[in-house]
Amino acid sequence: MAANDVPENLTYTAEHEWVAVDDDVATVGITAYAADALGDVVYVALPAVGDTVTIGDVVGEVESHKSVSEIFAPIAGEVVAVNDRLEAEAELAGSAPYEDGWLFRVRLDGGTEHLLDAAAYAAHIADA
Amino acid sequence: MSPDQSADQPDLHRTPLHDAHVALGATMVGFAGWSMPVKYTSDVAEHTAVRTAVGLFDISHMAQITVTGPDAAAFLDHALAGRISTLAPLQSRYTMILADSGGIIDDLIVTNTHLPADAGTPPSDAATDQAAGAAEPAPPTEFLVVANAANREPVLAALQERLLARSGADESAPGDTGAVTITDTHRALVAVQGPHAVAVLHDLAAAGDLVVNPGHAVAPDGTEITLDTLRYYRTVPATFRDAPVTLSRTGYTGEDGFELSIAPLQAGDLWEALLAVGQAHGIVPAGLAARDTLRLEAGMPLYGHELTLDTLPVQAGLGRVVATAKDDFVGKAGVEAGPAADAPVLVGLALPGRRAGRADYRVLDGEGTDVGVVTSGVLSPTLGHPIAMAYVRPDLSAPGTVLAVDVRGTAIPATVVELPFYRRSKES
Repeated sequence: MAANDVPENLTYTAEHEWVAVDDDVATVGITAYAADALGDVVYVALPAVGDTVTIGDVVGEVESHKSVSEIFAPIAGEVVAVNDRLEAEAELAGSAPYEDGWLFRVRLDGGTEHLLDAAAYAAHIADA
Repeated sequence: MSPDQSADQPDLHRTPLHDAHVALGATMVGFAGWSMPVKYTSDVAEHTAVRTAVGLFDISHMAQITVTGPDAAAFLDHALAGRISTLAPLQSRYTMILADSGGIIDDLIVTNTHLPADAGTPPSDAATDQAAGAAEPAPPTEFLVVANAANREPVLAALQERLLARSGADESAPGDTGAVTITDTHRALVAVQGPHAVAVLHDLAAAGDLVVNPGHAVAPDGTEITLDTLRYYRTVPATFRDAPVTLSRTGYTGEDGFELSIAPLQAGDLWEALLAVGQAHGIVPAGLAARDTLRLEAGMPLYGHELTLDTLPVQAGLGRVVATAKDDFVGKAGVEAGPAADAPVLVGLALPGRRAGRADYRVLDGEGTDVGVVTSGVLSPTLGHPIAMAYVRPDLSAPGTVLAVDVRGTAIPATVVELPFYRRSKES
Protein backbone atom coordinates (compact mmCIF):
# COMPACT_ATOMS: atom_id res chain seq x y z
CA MET A 1 0.00 0.00 0.00
CA ALA A 2 1.40 3.36 -0.99
CA ALA A 3 1.76 6.11 1.57
CA ASN A 4 -0.06 8.50 -0.76
CA ASP A 5 -3.12 6.25 -1.13
CA VAL A 6 -6.10 8.58 -0.60
CA PRO A 7 -9.41 6.85 -1.48
CA GLU A 8 -11.86 9.17 -3.26
CA ASN A 9 -14.92 8.04 -1.29
CA LEU A 10 -13.62 9.10 2.15
CA THR A 11 -13.25 12.42 3.94
CA TYR A 12 -10.20 13.42 5.97
CA THR A 13 -8.69 15.57 8.68
CA ALA A 14 -5.40 17.44 8.61
CA GLU A 15 -4.39 15.15 11.51
CA HIS A 16 -4.32 12.19 9.10
CA GLU A 17 -7.57 10.51 10.02
CA TRP A 18 -10.24 9.34 7.59
CA VAL A 19 -14.01 9.42 8.11
CA ALA A 20 -16.55 7.36 6.17
CA VAL A 21 -20.13 8.56 6.68
CA ASP A 22 -22.97 6.07 6.17
CA ASP A 23 -26.29 7.68 7.01
CA ASP A 24 -25.81 8.99 10.57
CA VAL A 25 -22.88 6.75 11.53
CA ALA A 26 -19.25 7.72 10.82
CA THR A 27 -16.38 5.22 10.77
CA VAL A 28 -12.96 6.60 11.72
CA GLY A 29 -9.46 5.33 10.94
CA ILE A 30 -5.94 6.55 10.25
CA THR A 31 -4.71 7.25 6.73
CA ALA A 32 -2.11 5.33 4.77
CA TYR A 33 0.15 8.35 5.11
CA ALA A 34 -0.06 8.20 8.90
CA ALA A 35 0.39 4.43 8.91
CA ASP A 36 3.52 4.72 6.79
CA ALA A 37 4.95 7.42 9.02
CA LEU A 38 4.32 5.39 12.18
CA GLY A 39 5.81 2.12 11.05
CA ASP A 40 4.60 -1.19 12.43
CA VAL A 41 1.72 -0.57 14.86
CA VAL A 42 1.98 -2.50 18.13
CA TYR A 43 -0.82 -1.12 20.28
CA VAL A 44 -4.05 0.82 19.79
CA ALA A 45 -6.03 2.45 22.59
CA LEU A 46 -9.67 3.14 21.65
CA PRO A 47 -12.57 4.98 23.26
CA ALA A 48 -15.28 2.95 24.99
CA VAL A 49 -18.66 2.25 23.41
CA GLY A 50 -21.07 4.78 24.87
CA ASP A 51 -18.50 7.57 25.21
CA THR A 52 -19.63 10.95 23.96
CA VAL A 53 -16.91 12.72 21.99
CA THR A 54 -16.57 16.22 20.60
CA ILE A 55 -14.35 17.37 17.78
CA GLY A 56 -10.69 17.52 18.80
CA ASP A 57 -11.02 15.32 21.90
CA VAL A 58 -8.12 12.94 22.42
CA VAL A 59 -9.98 9.63 22.25
CA GLY A 60 -7.17 7.13 21.87
CA GLU A 61 -3.66 6.48 20.70
CA VAL A 62 -1.78 4.49 18.12
CA GLU A 63 1.59 3.19 19.22
CA SER A 64 4.27 1.87 16.89
CA HIS A 65 7.77 0.64 17.66
CA LYS A 66 8.94 4.15 16.95
CA SER A 67 6.41 6.48 18.46
CA VAL A 68 3.02 7.16 19.96
CA SER A 69 0.40 9.32 18.24
CA GLU A 70 -2.84 10.53 19.74
CA ILE A 71 -6.14 10.00 17.99
CA PHE A 72 -8.39 13.06 17.92
CA ALA A 73 -12.14 12.76 17.45
CA PRO A 74 -12.75 14.13 13.95
CA ILE A 75 -16.51 14.43 14.48
CA ALA A 76 -18.91 14.73 17.43
CA GLY A 77 -21.30 12.11 18.70
CA GLU A 78 -21.63 8.88 20.64
CA VAL A 79 -19.23 6.00 20.13
CA VAL A 80 -21.36 3.06 18.99
CA ALA A 81 -18.67 0.54 18.05
CA VAL A 82 -14.95 -0.04 18.34
CA ASN A 83 -12.76 -2.40 16.33
CA ASP A 84 -12.17 -5.19 18.84
CA ARG A 85 -9.82 -6.99 16.47
CA LEU A 86 -7.18 -4.34 17.18
CA GLU A 87 -6.82 -5.61 20.74
CA ALA A 88 -5.07 -8.73 19.50
CA GLU A 89 -4.07 -7.52 16.04
CA ALA A 90 -3.02 -3.90 16.48
CA GLU A 91 -0.87 -4.15 13.36
CA LEU A 92 -4.04 -4.04 11.22
CA ALA A 93 -4.32 -0.31 11.95
CA GLY A 94 -1.10 0.14 10.01
CA SER A 95 -1.27 -2.67 7.45
CA ALA A 96 -4.93 -2.23 6.39
CA PRO A 97 -5.80 1.27 7.58
CA TYR A 98 -8.79 1.74 5.24
CA GLU A 99 -10.29 -1.72 5.81
CA ASP A 100 -9.77 -4.15 8.70
CA GLY A 101 -7.76 -1.52 10.58
CA TRP A 102 -10.66 0.91 11.18
CA LEU A 103 -10.75 2.30 14.72
CA PHE A 104 -14.26 3.22 15.93
CA ARG A 105 -17.77 4.30 14.85
CA VAL A 106 -19.68 7.34 16.04
CA ARG A 107 -23.40 8.16 15.75
CA LEU A 108 -23.13 11.69 14.47
CA ASP A 109 -24.30 14.60 16.58
CA GLY A 110 -23.25 17.47 14.34
CA GLY A 111 -21.93 18.10 10.89
CA THR A 112 -19.07 16.80 8.78
CA GLU A 113 -18.62 19.77 6.47
CA HIS A 114 -15.34 20.71 8.20
CA LEU A 115 -13.70 17.54 6.87
CA LEU A 116 -11.40 17.59 3.84
CA ASP A 117 -12.29 15.84 0.59
CA ALA A 118 -9.77 13.49 -0.98
CA ALA A 119 -8.28 16.15 -3.26
CA ALA A 120 -7.77 18.58 -0.40
CA TYR A 121 -6.18 15.91 1.81
CA ALA A 122 -3.92 14.75 -1.01
CA ALA A 123 -2.77 18.34 -1.42
CA HIS A 124 -2.23 18.56 2.35
CA ILE A 125 0.12 15.57 2.50
CA ALA A 126 1.90 16.70 -0.66
CA ASP A 127 2.80 19.90 1.22
CA ALA A 128 3.82 18.11 4.41
CA MET B 1 -2.40 11.87 14.57
CA SER B 2 0.67 13.97 14.06
CA PRO B 3 3.24 11.87 12.23
CA ASP B 4 6.65 13.44 12.21
CA GLN B 5 8.05 13.64 8.69
CA SER B 6 10.95 16.00 8.89
CA ALA B 7 13.30 14.82 6.14
CA ASP B 8 12.51 17.68 3.78
CA GLN B 9 14.40 20.31 5.76
CA PRO B 10 16.66 21.76 3.09
CA ASP B 11 19.72 22.06 5.33
CA LEU B 12 20.09 18.36 6.14
CA HIS B 13 23.34 16.68 5.14
CA ARG B 14 23.05 13.80 2.71
CA THR B 15 25.21 10.68 2.80
CA PRO B 16 26.79 9.40 -0.44
CA LEU B 17 24.04 6.75 -0.44
CA HIS B 18 21.10 9.17 -0.25
CA ASP B 19 19.90 8.52 -3.79
CA ALA B 20 20.14 4.76 -3.26
CA HIS B 21 17.86 5.03 -0.21
CA VAL B 22 15.31 7.10 -2.08
CA ALA B 23 15.39 4.64 -5.00
CA LEU B 24 14.69 1.80 -2.53
CA GLY B 25 11.62 3.66 -1.28
CA ALA B 26 13.03 4.48 2.16
CA THR B 27 11.20 6.75 4.55
CA MET B 28 13.78 9.49 5.11
CA VAL B 29 13.91 11.45 8.37
CA GLY B 30 16.11 14.13 9.84
CA PHE B 31 18.55 12.65 12.38
CA ALA B 32 21.40 14.61 13.98
CA GLY B 33 21.42 16.99 11.03
CA TRP B 34 21.37 14.23 8.41
CA SER B 35 18.68 12.94 6.10
CA MET B 36 18.67 9.24 6.95
CA PRO B 37 16.53 6.19 6.11
CA VAL B 38 14.43 5.30 9.15
CA LYS B 39 12.96 2.26 7.38
CA TYR B 40 12.64 0.84 3.88
CA THR B 41 9.62 -1.44 4.31
CA SER B 42 8.85 -2.54 7.87
CA ASP B 43 11.09 -1.74 10.84
CA VAL B 44 10.19 -5.07 12.46
CA ALA B 45 10.98 -7.04 9.30
CA GLU B 46 14.33 -5.26 9.04
CA HIS B 47 15.07 -5.99 12.70
CA THR B 48 14.20 -9.66 12.25
CA ALA B 49 16.32 -9.94 9.11
CA VAL B 50 19.37 -8.79 11.08
CA ARG B 51 18.66 -11.31 13.86
CA THR B 52 18.04 -14.24 11.49
CA ALA B 53 19.85 -13.43 8.22
CA VAL B 54 21.64 -10.18 7.39
CA GLY B 55 20.92 -6.47 7.12
CA LEU B 56 22.74 -3.61 5.40
CA PHE B 57 22.96 -0.20 7.07
CA ASP B 58 24.21 3.15 5.87
CA ILE B 59 25.94 4.76 8.86
CA SER B 60 27.89 7.33 6.89
CA HIS B 61 26.47 10.04 9.14
CA MET B 62 28.90 8.94 11.83
CA ALA B 63 32.09 10.97 12.15
CA GLN B 64 35.27 9.19 11.10
CA ILE B 65 38.18 11.21 12.44
CA THR B 66 41.81 10.25 11.93
CA VAL B 67 44.47 11.17 14.47
CA THR B 68 47.94 10.72 13.03
CA GLY B 69 51.52 11.51 13.87
CA PRO B 70 54.33 10.16 16.05
CA ASP B 71 52.68 11.52 19.22
CA ALA B 72 49.15 10.33 18.35
CA ALA B 73 48.99 7.45 20.84
CA ALA B 74 50.25 9.53 23.77
CA PHE B 75 47.90 12.34 22.82
CA LEU B 76 44.87 10.02 22.74
CA ASP B 77 45.87 8.51 26.09
CA HIS B 78 45.55 12.06 27.43
CA ALA B 79 42.46 13.12 25.49
CA LEU B 80 40.33 9.96 25.87
CA ALA B 81 39.23 7.78 28.78
CA GLY B 82 40.79 4.53 27.60
CA ARG B 83 44.42 3.52 27.27
CA ILE B 84 44.84 3.84 23.52
CA SER B 85 48.61 3.34 23.40
CA THR B 86 48.19 -0.36 24.24
CA LEU B 87 46.07 -1.08 21.15
CA ALA B 88 47.80 -3.57 18.89
CA PRO B 89 47.88 -2.69 15.20
CA LEU B 90 44.42 -3.31 13.68
CA GLN B 91 42.75 -3.57 17.09
CA SER B 92 39.68 -1.49 18.07
CA ARG B 93 38.46 -0.40 21.48
CA TYR B 94 35.23 1.04 22.81
CA THR B 95 36.07 4.22 24.71
CA MET B 96 34.82 7.68 25.60
CA ILE B 97 35.82 11.29 25.49
CA LEU B 98 35.09 12.94 28.84
CA ALA B 99 34.69 16.51 30.01
CA ASP B 100 36.76 17.79 32.94
CA SER B 101 33.78 16.91 35.15
CA GLY B 102 34.06 13.27 34.08
CA GLY B 103 30.76 13.62 32.17
CA ILE B 104 30.54 11.97 28.77
CA ILE B 105 31.06 14.12 25.66
CA ASP B 106 30.67 11.04 23.44
CA ASP B 107 31.30 7.34 23.26
CA LEU B 108 33.75 6.29 20.56
CA ILE B 109 35.35 3.36 18.83
CA VAL B 110 39.05 3.93 18.31
CA THR B 111 41.06 1.69 15.99
CA ASN B 112 44.79 1.53 15.60
CA THR B 113 44.84 1.65 11.79
CA HIS B 114 48.59 1.89 11.57
CA LEU B 115 49.31 -0.30 8.52
CA PRO B 116 51.29 -3.19 9.91
CA ALA B 117 54.01 -3.31 7.30
CA ASP B 118 56.32 -3.76 10.25
CA ALA B 119 53.81 -5.83 12.21
CA GLY B 120 54.54 -8.49 9.63
CA THR B 121 58.26 -8.10 10.11
CA PRO B 122 59.83 -11.09 11.83
CA PRO B 123 60.53 -10.32 15.50
CA SER B 124 64.22 -11.04 14.96
CA ASP B 125 64.60 -7.71 13.14
CA ALA B 126 63.51 -5.75 16.17
CA ALA B 127 65.87 -7.76 18.28
CA THR B 128 68.67 -6.97 15.85
CA ASP B 129 67.79 -3.27 15.96
CA GLN B 130 67.93 -3.26 19.71
CA ALA B 131 71.17 -5.15 19.73
CA ALA B 132 72.56 -2.50 17.43
CA GLY B 133 71.47 0.16 19.89
CA ALA B 134 68.74 1.56 17.68
CA ALA B 135 65.72 3.30 19.21
CA GLU B 136 62.65 1.18 19.93
CA PRO B 137 60.44 0.58 16.88
CA ALA B 138 58.41 3.68 15.97
CA PRO B 139 55.11 3.63 17.83
CA PRO B 140 51.86 3.27 15.89
CA THR B 141 51.05 6.54 14.19
CA GLU B 142 47.49 6.38 12.89
CA PHE B 143 44.19 5.99 14.71
CA LEU B 144 40.61 6.10 13.45
CA VAL B 145 38.15 7.63 15.90
CA VAL B 146 34.48 6.96 15.12
CA ALA B 147 32.08 9.35 16.87
CA ASN B 148 28.33 9.82 16.84
CA ALA B 149 26.90 12.03 14.11
CA ALA B 150 25.36 14.42 16.62
CA ASN B 151 28.74 14.82 18.31
CA ARG B 152 30.97 15.41 15.29
CA GLU B 153 31.61 19.06 16.18
CA PRO B 154 31.94 18.68 19.98
CA VAL B 155 34.37 15.78 19.57
CA LEU B 156 36.48 17.57 16.95
CA ALA B 157 36.51 20.73 19.05
CA ALA B 158 37.49 18.89 22.23
CA LEU B 159 40.29 17.00 20.48
CA GLN B 160 41.68 20.15 18.91
CA GLU B 161 41.43 22.09 22.16
CA ARG B 162 43.22 19.33 24.06
CA LEU B 163 45.93 19.17 21.44
CA LEU B 164 46.58 22.89 21.75
CA ALA B 165 46.48 22.85 25.55
CA ARG B 166 48.83 19.90 25.68
CA SER B 167 51.43 21.45 23.40
CA GLY B 168 51.31 24.67 25.39
CA ALA B 169 51.60 22.92 28.74
CA ASP B 170 54.28 20.43 27.85
CA GLU B 171 57.42 22.56 27.86
CA SER B 172 59.64 19.59 27.14
CA ALA B 173 57.92 19.00 23.80
CA PRO B 174 56.80 22.37 22.50
CA GLY B 175 56.37 21.04 18.96
CA ASP B 176 53.68 18.52 19.85
CA THR B 177 50.97 20.07 17.71
CA GLY B 178 53.15 19.38 14.70
CA ALA B 179 53.38 15.75 15.77
CA VAL B 180 49.61 15.14 15.75
CA THR B 181 47.14 15.85 12.97
CA ILE B 182 43.36 15.60 13.47
CA THR B 183 41.31 15.13 10.29
CA ASP B 184 37.58 14.69 9.71
CA THR B 185 37.69 12.25 6.81
CA HIS B 186 34.07 12.39 5.59
CA ARG B 187 34.37 8.80 4.43
CA ALA B 188 31.32 6.63 3.93
CA LEU B 189 30.53 3.79 6.35
CA VAL B 190 28.26 0.80 5.77
CA ALA B 191 27.48 -1.99 8.21
CA VAL B 192 26.71 -5.59 7.21
CA GLN B 193 25.14 -7.18 10.28
CA GLY B 194 23.66 -10.58 11.05
CA PRO B 195 24.51 -14.27 11.17
CA HIS B 196 24.92 -14.36 7.39
CA ALA B 197 27.17 -11.28 7.23
CA VAL B 198 30.36 -13.31 6.86
CA ALA B 199 28.82 -15.35 4.02
CA VAL B 200 27.89 -12.15 2.18
CA LEU B 201 31.45 -10.88 2.36
CA HIS B 202 32.79 -14.27 1.28
CA ASP B 203 30.59 -14.10 -1.81
CA LEU B 204 31.74 -10.56 -2.53
CA ALA B 205 35.32 -11.82 -2.31
CA ALA B 206 34.54 -14.86 -4.47
CA ALA B 207 33.11 -12.52 -7.10
CA GLY B 208 36.47 -10.77 -7.18
CA ASP B 209 35.05 -7.47 -5.93
CA LEU B 210 36.46 -7.63 -2.40
CA VAL B 211 40.06 -8.44 -1.53
CA VAL B 212 40.57 -8.90 2.20
CA ASN B 213 44.03 -8.17 3.53
CA PRO B 214 45.86 -7.56 0.23
CA GLY B 215 49.01 -6.63 2.18
CA HIS B 216 49.07 -9.95 4.07
CA ALA B 217 48.94 -8.35 7.52
CA VAL B 218 49.29 -10.79 10.38
CA ALA B 219 47.41 -11.09 13.64
CA PRO B 220 49.32 -10.82 16.94
CA ASP B 221 49.71 -14.62 16.90
CA GLY B 222 51.64 -14.37 13.63
CA THR B 223 49.00 -15.86 11.32
CA GLU B 224 47.75 -13.99 8.27
CA ILE B 225 44.37 -12.32 8.87
CA THR B 226 41.46 -13.63 6.79
CA LEU B 227 37.72 -12.95 6.81
CA ASP B 228 37.25 -16.05 8.94
CA THR B 229 39.98 -15.33 11.44
CA LEU B 230 39.23 -11.61 11.82
CA ARG B 231 38.13 -11.33 15.44
CA TYR B 232 35.53 -9.11 17.06
CA TYR B 233 36.88 -5.57 17.49
CA ARG B 234 39.67 -6.22 14.99
CA THR B 235 40.23 -4.46 11.69
CA VAL B 236 41.94 -5.41 8.47
CA PRO B 237 42.69 -3.44 5.30
CA ALA B 238 40.75 -4.54 2.21
CA THR B 239 39.97 -3.28 -1.26
CA PHE B 240 36.67 -3.05 -3.10
CA ARG B 241 37.36 -2.95 -6.84
CA ASP B 242 40.76 -1.42 -6.00
CA ALA B 243 39.32 1.24 -3.66
CA PRO B 244 40.78 1.03 -0.13
CA VAL B 245 38.37 -0.27 2.52
CA THR B 246 38.87 -0.41 6.26
CA LEU B 247 37.05 -3.60 7.23
CA SER B 248 36.21 -4.02 10.93
CA ARG B 249 34.40 -6.78 12.79
CA THR B 250 32.27 -4.37 14.79
CA GLY B 251 28.63 -3.39 15.01
CA TYR B 252 25.76 -1.98 16.99
CA THR B 253 23.23 -4.77 16.71
CA GLY B 254 24.34 -7.59 19.00
CA GLU B 255 24.96 -9.82 15.97
CA ASP B 256 28.11 -10.86 14.16
CA GLY B 257 28.93 -8.34 11.47
CA PHE B 258 31.26 -5.93 9.80
CA GLU B 259 31.63 -2.23 9.21
CA LEU B 260 33.23 -1.06 5.96
CA SER B 261 34.71 2.40 5.60
CA ILE B 262 35.23 3.57 2.02
CA ALA B 263 35.69 6.81 0.08
CA PRO B 264 32.35 8.49 -0.74
CA LEU B 265 32.72 8.04 -4.51
CA GLN B 266 32.90 4.25 -4.24
CA ALA B 267 30.21 3.89 -1.57
CA GLY B 268 27.29 3.56 -4.00
CA ASP B 269 28.94 0.71 -5.91
CA LEU B 270 29.81 -1.09 -2.67
CA TRP B 271 26.22 -0.73 -1.42
CA GLU B 272 24.79 -2.10 -4.70
CA ALA B 273 27.29 -4.97 -4.77
CA LEU B 274 26.49 -5.98 -1.18
CA LEU B 275 22.75 -5.96 -1.89
CA ALA B 276 23.31 -8.02 -5.06
CA VAL B 277 25.51 -10.77 -3.56
CA GLY B 278 23.52 -10.63 -0.32
CA GLN B 279 20.26 -11.53 -2.02
CA ALA B 280 21.04 -15.25 -1.79
CA HIS B 281 21.53 -14.78 1.97
CA GLY B 282 18.34 -12.82 2.62
CA ILE B 283 19.94 -9.39 2.90
CA VAL B 284 17.66 -6.40 3.41
CA PRO B 285 18.55 -2.73 3.69
CA ALA B 286 17.77 -1.71 7.26
CA GLY B 287 17.04 1.75 8.65
CA LEU B 288 17.60 3.68 11.85
CA ALA B 289 14.42 2.32 13.47
CA ALA B 290 15.74 -1.25 13.28
CA ARG B 291 19.21 -0.07 14.34
CA ASP B 292 17.68 1.43 17.48
CA THR B 293 15.63 -1.63 18.46
CA LEU B 294 18.59 -3.93 17.75
CA ARG B 295 21.05 -1.95 19.87
CA LEU B 296 18.53 -1.63 22.67
CA GLU B 297 17.95 -5.40 22.81
CA ALA B 298 21.74 -5.80 22.86
CA GLY B 299 21.91 -3.43 25.85
CA MET B 300 24.10 -0.94 24.00
CA PRO B 301 23.84 2.69 25.15
CA LEU B 302 22.98 5.55 22.82
CA TYR B 303 24.44 8.99 23.29
CA GLY B 304 21.80 11.55 24.24
CA HIS B 305 19.75 8.81 25.91
CA GLU B 306 21.84 6.63 28.22
CA LEU B 307 24.99 8.77 27.91
CA THR B 308 25.11 12.53 28.45
CA LEU B 309 27.43 15.26 29.61
CA ASP B 310 25.79 14.94 33.05
CA THR B 311 26.46 11.22 33.29
CA LEU B 312 29.63 9.65 34.70
CA PRO B 313 30.68 6.42 32.95
CA VAL B 314 30.22 4.40 36.15
CA GLN B 315 26.56 5.40 36.36
CA ALA B 316 26.03 3.85 32.93
CA GLY B 317 27.76 0.66 34.05
CA LEU B 318 30.78 1.59 31.94
CA GLY B 319 33.35 2.25 34.64
CA ARG B 320 35.58 -0.41 33.08
CA VAL B 321 35.95 1.76 29.95
CA VAL B 322 37.92 4.33 31.91
CA ALA B 323 41.60 3.51 32.46
CA THR B 324 41.80 5.22 35.84
CA ALA B 325 45.35 3.98 36.37
CA LYS B 326 46.61 6.33 33.64
CA ASP B 327 48.69 9.16 35.08
CA ASP B 328 46.65 11.87 33.51
CA PHE B 329 43.70 12.20 31.18
CA VAL B 330 40.95 14.73 30.74
CA GLY B 331 38.16 13.88 33.19
CA LYS B 332 40.34 11.88 35.60
CA ALA B 333 39.59 14.08 38.61
CA GLY B 334 35.86 14.00 37.92
CA VAL B 335 35.83 10.24 37.49
CA GLU B 336 37.87 9.73 40.67
CA ALA B 337 35.57 12.02 42.66
CA GLY B 338 32.75 9.77 41.47
CA PRO B 339 29.03 10.40 41.44
CA ALA B 340 27.05 11.20 44.59
CA ALA B 341 26.12 8.12 46.60
CA ASP B 342 22.47 8.52 45.58
CA ALA B 343 23.17 9.33 41.91
CA PRO B 344 20.94 7.25 39.62
CA VAL B 345 22.34 4.20 37.86
CA LEU B 346 21.43 2.56 34.57
CA VAL B 347 19.28 -0.57 34.66
CA GLY B 348 17.35 -2.74 32.24
CA LEU B 349 13.59 -3.01 32.70
CA ALA B 350 11.26 -5.72 31.37
CA LEU B 351 7.54 -4.93 31.08
CA PRO B 352 4.53 -7.13 30.31
CA GLY B 353 2.05 -6.48 27.52
CA ARG B 354 2.59 -4.38 24.40
CA ARG B 355 2.89 -0.77 25.55
CA ALA B 356 6.46 0.41 25.81
CA GLY B 357 7.85 2.74 28.45
CA ARG B 358 9.60 5.33 26.31
CA ALA B 359 12.33 7.91 26.75
CA ASP B 360 11.48 10.48 29.46
CA TYR B 361 8.66 8.43 30.99
CA ARG B 362 8.96 8.35 34.78
CA VAL B 363 9.88 5.25 36.77
CA LEU B 364 7.87 4.71 39.98
CA ASP B 365 8.32 2.50 43.03
CA GLY B 366 5.57 0.39 44.62
CA GLU B 367 4.11 3.45 46.36
CA GLY B 368 4.00 5.47 43.16
CA THR B 369 6.96 7.64 44.17
CA ASP B 370 9.09 8.95 41.32
CA VAL B 371 12.40 7.03 41.47
CA GLY B 372 13.85 7.43 38.00
CA VAL B 373 13.40 7.99 34.29
CA VAL B 374 13.36 5.84 31.16
CA THR B 375 16.10 6.72 28.64
CA SER B 376 15.13 4.29 25.85
CA GLY B 377 12.23 1.89 25.51
CA VAL B 378 10.51 -0.19 22.88
CA LEU B 379 8.40 -3.28 22.34
CA SER B 380 11.21 -5.77 21.73
CA PRO B 381 10.63 -7.47 18.35
CA THR B 382 12.77 -10.45 19.35
CA LEU B 383 11.45 -10.95 22.89
CA GLY B 384 7.83 -9.93 22.25
CA HIS B 385 7.49 -7.73 25.35
CA PRO B 386 8.52 -4.15 26.09
CA ILE B 387 12.07 -3.47 27.26
CA ALA B 388 13.63 -0.26 28.49
CA MET B 389 16.79 1.22 29.87
CA ALA B 390 16.31 3.63 32.74
CA TYR B 391 18.21 5.55 35.39
CA VAL B 392 16.89 4.67 38.84
CA ARG B 393 17.85 5.21 42.46
CA PRO B 394 20.83 2.95 43.23
CA ASP B 395 19.02 1.16 46.08
CA LEU B 396 16.38 0.02 43.56
CA SER B 397 18.78 -1.21 40.87
CA ALA B 398 19.17 -4.88 41.83
CA PRO B 399 17.82 -7.39 39.30
CA GLY B 400 14.42 -8.66 40.39
CA THR B 401 13.34 -5.35 41.89
CA VAL B 402 9.78 -4.60 40.82
CA LEU B 403 9.16 -1.00 39.81
CA ALA B 404 6.66 0.58 37.42
CA VAL B 405 6.75 2.87 34.42
CA ASP B 406 4.20 5.66 34.08
CA VAL B 407 2.98 5.01 30.52
CA ARG B 408 0.89 8.09 29.79
CA GLY B 409 -0.97 7.89 33.07
CA THR B 410 -1.00 4.11 33.56
CA ALA B 411 1.54 2.55 35.94
CA ILE B 412 2.78 -0.57 34.16
CA PRO B 413 4.86 -2.98 36.27
CA ALA B 414 8.53 -3.15 35.29
CA THR B 415 11.10 -5.61 36.65
CA VAL B 416 14.79 -4.75 36.83
CA VAL B 417 16.73 -7.26 34.70
CA GLU B 418 20.36 -7.81 33.77
CA LEU B 419 21.63 -6.23 30.56
CA PRO B 420 21.75 -7.14 27.75
CA PHE B 421 18.18 -8.19 27.10
CA TYR B 422 19.30 -10.29 24.16
CA ARG B 423 22.53 -12.20 23.61
CA ARG B 424 23.10 -14.07 20.38
CA SER B 425 23.93 -17.75 20.49
CA LYS B 426 27.59 -18.12 19.58
CA GLU B 427 27.10 -21.50 17.87
CA SER B 428 25.51 -20.05 14.76
